[in-house]
Amino acid sequence: MASSLRELRQRRNSVRATQKITRAMELIAASRIIKADRAARAALPFTSELNRAVAALATYSTIEHPLTTEPEKVRRAAVVVVTSDRGLAGAYSSNAIRTALRLTERLTAEGVEVKRYVVGRKGINYFRFRKVELADTWDGFSDSPAYANAVDIADAVMADFMRPHDEGGVDEIYAVYTRMKSMLIQEPRVRRVLPIEVVEEGSDKVNELKPVEMPLQYEFEPDPETVLDTLMPLYVRNRFWFYLLESAASQLASQQRAMKSATDNAQTLIETLTREENQARQAEITQEISEIVGGASALTESAQAE
Amino acid sequence: MAEPFVIEVVSADRLVFEGRAVNVIVRTTEGDIGILPGHEPLIAVLVPCAAEIVTDDGRREVIAVDGGFMSVSAGRVSLLSQFATLAGEITPTQAQRELDHLQRVIDAGDHTDEDVHRMHIATAQLKAVEKST
Repeated sequence: MASSLRELRQRRNSVRATQKITRAMELIAASRIIKADRAARAALPFTSELNRAVAALATYSTIEHPLTTEPEKVRRAAVVVVTSDRGLAGAYSSNAIRTALRLTERLTAEGVEVKRYVVGRKGINYFRFRKVELADTWDGFSDSPAYANAVDIADAVMADFMRPHDEGGVDEIYAVYTRMKSMLIQEPRVRRVLPIEVVEEGSDKVNELKPVEMPLQYEFEPDPETVLDTLMPLYVRNRFWFYLLESAASQLASQQRAMKSATDNAQTLIETLTREENQARQAEITQEISEIVGGASALTESAQAE
Repeated sequence: MAEPFVIEVVSADRLVFEGRAVNVIVRTTEGDIGILPGHEPLIAVLVPCAAEIVTDDGRREVIAVDGGFMSVSAGRVSLLSQFATLAGEITPTQAQRELDHLQRVIDAGDHTDEDVHRMHIATAQLKAVEKST
């Protein structure tokens, strides 16, 4: 009995230590979300200005740009999936990976060859473990991405997009990221990044390109083509920047939620263990009392008998 | 003189400067251009340069931009540059060191477009510091 009491106490203490850790992680994630959110908001002016300019250019529907031209036939596509570097974030990474796998399946069924790009160690390990070939990978910045990271990714996929098919070029580029709908809901999303669709219908987001009212007739310097040449890469980089920021916020929110439920579970476990421990202690005391009482009465009985 | 216009300078990760201005001077691919209130709508491609902004209270702001573009519409000018820096935030010695280093690389002959671009940025930053002092 005594040994089980000690075991219970040990277990409770270890659960309590774990709970302290998970609670600390929860708080860290919570404070980082605020930072991630601020970063996402700070990036908004650039995005909206860029969108406005691209929309202004799009009203010149006559100009063609390689980044907006629909391919005649899609033979090869690139899929960029954004996952986290570390675990303990609930189903965050596996959801993104699953969505990417579904997309890959769909593309393969359509006869499209798929080139994979992965951001985040979790995703990299997932595919490496399964011996899936990855075209390129990036990691080390999943919870606080920098613009330079987005530039790296965007430039790599854009280079692939501009390359002819025979040299491994791709005709379409998809990005799988996790959208932060709210603190409670984060959902993985698939977006086609290239070729750029200037009109996106049924979109509920400010960040998608929409033809805005453009009563102004802009002048372009030096000419619309050059302006577009400068704008388009910026636009693509900005898209990836947005995906990275959004994914980072989702990852942290997901982590916070996972750690919150871990803390709650630990609390329940501690309560149960405390109850069991009290019961065990009580049983021990009761047993001791009854032993003493039994012993005492045996003594008196033997004294009377004499 | 017409009403001052709203000027915004944004880099990819933040709003660098926001205010009302009466004059903005930047360098486009075609050369320097000054924007006064009431300018016609314009979208121009910038080269790395030190952009000068004269605010409506007469102050002068100098901002180093690494290219990007400028859009001018009614009563509003925005400069978009991936890495824009206020002159006050630049450390001249660091920019100078980077410039010297890149100059050596370029003189040696084995440089990339990236190096040239970075040299332009460093030059622009130095110019921005010079202009603001």
